[in-house]
Amino acid sequence: MDIQDFIKNFADQFDDTDASVFTAETRFRDLEEWSSFLALAIMAMVKSEYDVALSAQEMRDAETVQDLFDTVKSHI
Amino acid sequence: MVTGASSGIGRATAILCAGMGAKVFLNGRNAERLQETLRQLEGEGHTVCCCDITDESAVGQAVAEMPILDGIALCSGIAQMTPFQFIDRKVLDKVMENNFCSPVMLVNTLLKVKKVQKGSSVVFVSSVDGSKVVHAGNSVYSASKSALVGMARNMAIDLMGKKIRVNCVLPGTTDTSMIHTENVTEEMLQETAKSLPMKRFAKPEEIANAVVFLLCDASSYITGTELVVDGGSSII
Repeated sequence: MDIQDFIKNFADQFDDTDASVFTAETRFRDLEEWSSFLALAIMAMVKSEYDVALSAQEMRDAETVQDLFDTVKSHI
Repeated sequence: MVTGASSGIGRATAILCAGMGAKVFLNGRNAERLQETLRQLEGEGHTVCCCDITDESAVGQAVAEMPILDGIALCSGIAQMTPFQFIDRKVLDKVMENNFCSPVMLVNTLLKVKKVQKGSSVVFVSSVDGSKVVHAGNSVYSASKSALVGMARNMAIDLMGKKIRVNCVLPGTTDTSMIHTENVTEEMLQETAKSLPMKRFAKPEEIANAVVFLLCDASSYITGTELVVDGGSSII
């Protein structure tokens, strides 16, 4: 599991935020486009790409893209 | 007969039917929870049938053992929350099978083997989702539940000659195990509840009241319609 691929998959869920904005350190909740629907889309992306079913609590606990990557990785 | 009787709206409906003097035929997937429902029923003569209504052969066997029915409440169903771009054929088939095809085919099978009494009532528990409101990420569930509305209206016409009434109850979000899933936190649920006109979700008993109204003769001139029970959430 590669962090750069994960960042790309993460960024792909956003329609209005440029992909260049996303790094491992991005605090995604601070982005203007962030919404509860995007949280659902990220969880669906993780299930589809990595076959990991994240809980809503795990999603809430993650502050940065790296945090979420680590959580997903811990399930693989 | 009450399907989905092992929990939530199905259990509350079974309890209310028994409280009003019905002999209830309970169906559900979980034997232990069905027994718990049975323990909560007033009166005598209730029967438990543990089978998955998506399993055609199990349904065939169960139907053979059933008494003639005066009312059928179809309360079983599954939730599914996935943004549209992530759904696939497998998810679509699973939800449509559980929420639409199986309950409809159960009634169809019961009619074919003449287990539905003339003058009886069929009630599908649909949802406001799809027919009245939409929620992001809920496309498949909405489609399956609003398909029931279209089917029930047509069934009402086709079964008029048999004096069988067919209606739907459309609940808003109801406080059952269905909404307490892994992809929502309790905090998120509380926030959602606060955003509703009545500042709370429906109780299963409040939906059961509507189901039993449509099952009994108090609604004898009502067929092919939908009763919305959503605390006003679809009008704002």
